[in-house]
Amino acid sequence: MGEASPPQGAFLNGREVIKKCTGLQAKPDEKRGGSMKFRGRVWKFGKDIDTDRIIPARYLNTSDPAELAKHCMEDEDAGFSSKVKPGDIIVADKNFGCGSSREHAPIAIKASGVSCVIAKSFARIFYRNSFNMGLPILESDEVVDSSEEGDILEVNMDSGDIVNVTKGLSFKARPVPPFMQELIRAGGLMESIKKKGVI
Amino acid sequence: MRPMTITEKILARHAGAKEVIPGDLINAKVDIALGNDITAPIAIHEFRKAGAKKVFNRNKVVLVPDHFTPNKDIKSAGQCKVLRDFAIEQKLTHYYEGGDVGVEHALLPEKGIVGPGDLVIGADSHTCTYGAIGAFSTGVGSTDLAYAMITGELWFKVPESIKFIFHGKLNKWVSGKDLILHTIGDIGVDGALYRAMEFTGRAIDNLSIESRMAMCNMAIEAGAKSGIIAPDAITKAYVEKRAERPFKFYSSDPEAEYSEIREYDCREIEPKVALPHLPENTKNVSEVKNVKIDQVVIGSCTNGRLEDLEVAARVLKGKKTAPYVRLIVIPATPLVYKQAMDKGYFDIFLKAGAVISPPTCGPCLGGHMGILAAGERAVATTNRNFVGRMGDAKSEVYLANPAVAAASAVKGRIAHPDEVVARK
Repeated sequence: MGEASPPQGAFLNGREVIKKCTGLQAKPDEKRGGSMKFRGRVWKFGKDIDTDRIIPARYLNTSDPAELAKHCMEDEDAGFSSKVKPGDIIVADKNFGCGSSREHAPIAIKASGVSCVIAKSFARIFYRNSFNMGLPILESDEVVDSSEEGDILEVNMDSGDIVNVTKGLSFKARPVPPFMQELIRAGGLMESIKKKGVI
Repeated sequence: MRPMTITEKILARHAGAKEVIPGDLINAKVDIALGNDITAPIAIHEFRKAGAKKVFNRNKVVLVPDHFTPNKDIKSAGQCKVLRDFAIEQKLTHYYEGGDVGVEHALLPEKGIVGPGDLVIGADSHTCTYGAIGAFSTGVGSTDLAYAMITGELWFKVPESIKFIFHGKLNKWVSGKDLILHTIGDIGVDGALYRAMEFTGRAIDNLSIESRMAMCNMAIEAGAKSGIIAPDAITKAYVEKRAERPFKFYSSDPEAEYSEIREYDCREIEPKVALPHLPENTKNVSEVKNVKIDQVVIGSCTNGRLEDLEVAARVLKGKKTAPYVRLIVIPATPLVYKQAMDKGYFDIFLKAGAVISPPTCGPCLGGHMGILAAGERAVATTNRNFVGRMGDAKSEVYLANPAVAAASAVKGRIAHPDEVVARK
């Protein structure tokens, strides 16, 4: 982990934490070997894509990722799960993932092969869930407005650089909040428990 | 000291801090951590994967298999068994099944498991319901639940608050459901994203606990982190005979800061309907003409409480549902079921041609007990009308209060209760 402080450093109260967090710089995670780069085809969706469209509740009688992936986006685009290729990127308008708290939604997206989701904004529980279970997400109005279905994007999660290869455009995503970067670096929320010495 | 909102005060208290300000990241103690048959299996899997042996407090981890129960198929039964086995293993005091289980967000306040001043997290987005009795409560995911089950804590970003002031008295047939639909129609499905919605004003002061729950329940439909109403005499009357732990009333300081303040005149608010496929597509019932329906669902964590069934019974008394309209009534808890039966509402419902379901979330999320075919249309007292929410992706859900739902069942189309109940 190098000098990156364990997340319990951030699990303090009050503004000290904010200062501490904002003092951090986004650094490539050693574990990821700076490999949080994706290249894939854009699947474009509109605004307010709710979790029922990401994974309809009728399939929630299982939490098996492969099973959930088969039905990802089914009510929005019936053939999505058979068309999507590993590395592809979902690009959506505002409030992506609104509705239910089901973690099955980011699980289904990730298991379908999608490498990351870029949206103008995310609903809060979906946002939390994505970080907790490891689905990379980024926010950018410009990328959403300028990308079309089928465009090829290159995304560097560590720097927030996004290139639309098809159109020859470059963008910078809104930075991931330092606290969330800490969480990712620690290996996710559950990994951080071990460092707290609770278990 | 800095003036704080009720939300900030509860969060500060649970973080062991004197004060917090919006944007602060805190690690706070949770009073109750809740999961259901959809979300808890993943949490329990994470719990075991992390090597945890015991929950932080067996009285504070609550498991309610309510979504696909009574078990709708083999896979659902398997999911529920994960909860059951875990509850037995961990000796959880709050685990419910069979004739004891109800819709979680009706059950927990009714049993006094959650109370004013609590910090509650639940792996269900409608956990925000408990703001109605003055708790900070918010929906999280399964991994968050696993973390809280082990540690008794969770991280939060202190939200900004929006104050909604409802002036005046409610019009006839208007309930908390209409106030919140009106609000979501005004601000949109992400109008309160990441923020706390605080409901105040004369109309709220006079609102029943049931109506307050319907309002806070749907805060998530505006993207909010939580909804809250400062506890008062009405809250006290509700909680003092139920609370299983000491509770504390908090209220916002007069000088507390809000990111936004919105005011509504309740004289202008009529019974509402949210048209497919978003809760923000609201209209006055009187504006919605000739929308024929196939099904009506009265129930859910939004409107499945005794007051909701009482209103429905008042509209349905001596009436029949229209031909080819299925009316499904789902009392939200065993107690509501018993009370509705004792008060004679079941006779009214049955004579009207309704089917009465055991407590379940069932059709609200397209699980079971009333699924729509392609091309079918329902009026429901539930909280979401997303594409495919109650069944086929080509079906439609219109959200309304129980009076409008009952009147619509009688007319076979979306109808105002005044069309069915004679004016006195």
